[in-house]
This record gives sequence, structure tokens and C-alpha cells, in this order.
Amino acid sequence: MTPPTQTLEQRPGADGPRGSGPLNTQDQALHTRTLPRFAPLGLLAVATAVSVGISLALGWNRAAMVVVAAILYLVAINLVSRSVENGRRATDRTVTGLVTIAFLIALLPLTTLLYTVLSNGLGALSGEFFSASMRNIIGEGGGIYHAIWGTLIVTGLATLMSVPIGVFSAIYLVEYGKGALARWITFLVDVMTGIPSIVAGLFAYALFVLFLGPGVRSGFGGAVALSVLMVPVVVRATEEMLKLVPNELREASYALGVPRWRTIVKVVLRTASAGIATGVTLAVARVIGETAPLLVIAGSTDSVNFNPFDGRMATLPVFTFYAYSEPGVPAEFSVERAWGAALVLILIVLVLNLIARLISRAYSPKTGR
Amino acid sequence: MAKSIDVTDLDIYYGDFKAVEDVNVTIPAKQVTAFIGPSGCGKSTFLRALNRMHEVIPGAYVDGKVLVDGQDLYAVEVDPVAVRRQVGMVFQRPNPFPTMSIYENVIAGMRLNNTKMKKSEADDVVESALRAANLWVEVNERLARPGSGLSGGQQQRLCIARAIAVQPQVLLMDEPCSALDPISTSAIEDLIHELKANYTIVIVTHNMQQAARVSDDTAFFNLSGTGKPGRLIEFGETRKIFSNPDEKATEDYISGRFG
Repeated sequence: MTPPTQTLEQRPGADGPRGSGPLNTQDQALHTRTLPRFAPLGLLAVATAVSVGISLALGWNRAAMVVVAAILYLVAINLVSRSVENGRRATDRTVTGLVTIAFLIALLPLTTLLYTVLSNGLGALSGEFFSASMRNIIGEGGGIYHAIWGTLIVTGLATLMSVPIGVFSAIYLVEYGKGALARWITFLVDVMTGIPSIVAGLFAYALFVLFLGPGVRSGFGGAVALSVLMVPVVVRATEEMLKLVPNELREASYALGVPRWRTIVKVVLRTASAGIATGVTLAVARVIGETAPLLVIAGSTDSVNFNPFDGRMATLPVFTFYAYSEPGVPAEFSVERAWGAALVLILIVLVLNLIARLISRAYSPKTGR
Repeated sequence: MAKSIDVTDLDIYYGDFKAVEDVNVTIPAKQVTAFIGPSGCGKSTFLRALNRMHEVIPGAYVDGKVLVDGQDLYAVEVDPVAVRRQVGMVFQRPNPFPTMSIYENVIAGMRLNNTKMKKSEADDVVESALRAANLWVEVNERLARPGSGLSGGQQQRLCIARAIAVQPQVLLMDEPCSALDPISTSAIEDLIHELKANYTIVIVTHNMQQAARVSDDTAFFNLSGTGKPGRLIEFGETRKIFSNPDEKATEDYISGRFG
């Protein structure tokens, strides 16, 4: 790290301001010496090279190499910038480096996960995989047709139940709620956000046992369990979006002689609709991969079941879990199907996000001339 | 169709706080009436009491009578929504609906109330309201574009067009030019002069020259100290208020010797 420091420090200080005169003193005050553009990248290369050298010499693994390189870079950029530029710039460059490293660390599990699922799951995808159930399948073949439908039905029903409850609760909290009741609802929503998903599953199971007796399994029960998890997310997201709608718009609407409920439906909800759609999609994405509650109440089956009110219903997460934990013999086909199902689940979430983007774009407040 | 407004013994409250006290005034029809006075003296509060917008704020209420055309706005059986259809309002900051085009903004009063109207009728309403607001020439080529894409002055005229499209009897304006440049201000002042032929206009302004330019009558509000309610000090013809007011406080305020 020392060589670049020296070369940079050897640059004559007078090459900045040209000429001399009364303006020169002001120039001096406004211009500070700046590291050349390539300095951060160059330092990073040097830090990496040094780190590789140390690691090879001491026989460290690659992870240690990366960590050492990052630390070396941060120290080097701070010292170099401090000696050439000034303390504020040095802090700026160091924090920029820290933030970038944090971003890369955050990105690491995501990319690894995507890569792993893609590389293991792509091979499983085929026409049969999407069009066949697991009925009478042992070993090779079969598919996740039943689980895809199960997931779509259970999550769809959960969404149908949660969105009205969540959106109406949020409207109450933002537009009408005053006093103790609103405070209690807010508090309970906060508590509900933290409910472990297995508890939601047990709650739904206990609820349905009351009516239908022990051992009950149904897709609808799964939907109830998921909506317990989904409602607080929808309430929170919608509440934040409704609060963002400026009061001036409500007043503008009232001043035109528009009743309050029409103002809420046509101005407030309409203005916030893009954000609400995004919030709902995030809530769906949050519950679509839930395994524990569905394990308890929706159960698992090898056959297609379109009726959520009767009998077990396979879903993608539960299918993935069983295909991996109880693969049978030979195991390889079942494990491959598990990866394939996981990949399909990710793809469904991806598509949902894209749809939310489109809705958001179509409904968001228009700008431009 | 423009109506006069008779206010008797009006007190206006925000919860326990009395903001405006004991206002008695008659605002004449088809005239421009300006409210002037220092910040916090209750001009805007009083203005909002004239179309029951005041009570939108939680805890706010009024005590007293506001008669428009002989009907008390605060009578028990009166629907505030119906009041606001007759007494329109333009706000300090332009607030076009961001999800709507220019066209939709103008007929927002009808659209939001689900009033059925033919396309040709709607077109007529939009054109006449925009013409009345002196905006037609500038925007008739781009009615389908979003209202928020206009300049500040144009947006404020769009809001005026939106307010007059529902054909109110009274138009309340709460510092409509305070966020605008002198040219837009002048456009809106010209507009106020034209609108006076058909509407009773009440305008709150901090700009004394503006009050003198646009209004026929002027009401001066003042408050005796912080935490005390605002009062109507003097009401009269603008010419008289600005040249020879009865009250010393009015003269002090207008001549800049206030406070």
C-alpha cells in the first residue's frame, strides 16, 4: 500500500491553481488535491494481490483471502486519502467502501441460492414435470401438477381472505381510527406480525378440529393459516401507503362536495393503489413459501385435489419438504423433483413480483407533461 | 345564482382552543371580499367555516350561524356534503389529483360523485370551465396529459376550473396566489375579476396590494395576543379600509406599522 502513496504525494502541490494573483488564495481554499479516478480500483487491485500473496504463503483458504483483501483495501484507501486529500474525503471513501462491501455480502447468499436452485432444479423441469401428479409414481417420472395447483389454490384463497380484511383494517386505522380501539388494533397487528408460522398452522388446525373433528386436513384450513400470517403484513403495508396520500387531496375532494366514503374509494385508495398492490404482492410472496402451517393443516398427497374443502392438498413447499426428507429408494429422482419444485416456487414469486410491477406502473400517479 | 353570506355570532374552536371569536359580517353577493390580517388571526379558519371544511379537522367545531341565501349551514338537518357542493374552495397550494388527467381533474366533481353525463356534455363542461379559468388556450391540446405536469400557476388555474365546473354559488380562495410568481398571480387576479360576474368570491390574502387590487370589500382580522382568539376588527369597502379605516389597528396593519 505504500508505493501509490509515495507517487501520489510526490505530485507537486502547485500543479493545481494556475498563475498567481489575488484570486489564487481563494483558489487554494476551494481546490483540494484529489486522488485520480483509478485510485480506488488500483488500491483494490494492490490489496487483492497482497492478500493473495499472504494467503498462498500461509495456506489460507479463499474466504480468508477475500476478508483480508477487503480489510487491506479499507485501511489503504483511508491512509492514502488522508495523506493526499483530507480527513473528510478519507472518511467518505472508507464508508463508501464499507457500504459497498456490505452490499456485496448481502448479495452473496441470494446469488448463491439462486445458482444452487437453478443448477439443481433446471434438470427436473420437463413437460411431464408440469403436467403429471405423483399418483402411482415410484422412482423416476411424475411431477408437481398437483402441488402447483395446491399452492395456487391455497395461496389464492388466503389472499382473497386477507386483502379485504387487511385493506379495510388499514382504512379504519388511517381514516377513522381514533382513541383506544385504534391503538389496540395497531398493537394486535404488531403482535400478529411476530406470530411463528407453525403457531398459525396449529391455530387453523385447532379451529377446524372444533368443527370437523380430529385428524382434519383441508386446503381451506391451510388458507386460513396463511391468512393469519398475511393479514398483518397487508395491514401494515396498506396503512403506510394510505398515510402517504397527502391530506390536501382529501380536502380537495371534500371541497368538491364529494362524500367521505367516495373520497376514500376514489381518491385515497386510487392514489395509493400502486403501493397497495406492491404490498399485497410482498405479502403473498411472504406466505407462498410457508411450509410449517401447511404441513399441519393441509397435509400432503400424491393426487390432484381441486377441492380446498375436502381432504389433503399438496403444496409446493410441503412437496419439496417430503420429496427431500423422505425420498424413498432410489432417492435421486425424488431429490431432483424437490429441487425442481423449489425452482418453480421461486419462479412463481418472480412472476408475482413482475405482475405487481406492471400494476404499479399502470396505476401510479402520472407525471410528465 | 350567486348568494350572499350572513354570519352572526360565530365562534370557531379547535377542540378546547377558541380560534375565532364573535364574528358578525355580511358578505355581499357577486362581489369579491378579501380577508386580511396577520398570520394566526383566524382568516383561513373563518374561511373554512364558510363551507364546513373546518370540521374535517378532528375536534374542530363552530358555534353560531352562517346563512347562505337564508339557510343556516350549521342547522342540524344540513348535510355538509351538500354545503360544499354550493360553496366551492381553492386552496393555498395547487392540489390537482395526481392520478387524473387534466380533463378528468376538471370534471372530478362529477366523476367522483358518479354523476352520469354524456361525453359531449362532459366535453362542454370541461371546455367552459377551462375557458372560465383562462386555461383553455394553454391546455386544449393536451387534455389527456396528467394535471400534475402543468406549471404551478397552471395547476392553480386548473384547481379553479375544477372548483367552478361544479357551478358553486360561492367560491372561497385561501391564499390562492401565495405559491405563485407575479405573472401567474396576475393571471389569477384577472380571472377573479371575471368570475365576480357569476360568483360570490371570498379570498384570503397576505398581500395587501392584492387585496386592494381585486376586492370590493375587505375584512381585517386581528388577535390581541398569542393564545387569544382572532377577531374581526373591521369590515367595509376596500377603498375606505385602505384609505381611511375607522380602527387604528387596521390603519397600523395596512401602513406596515404593525407589531
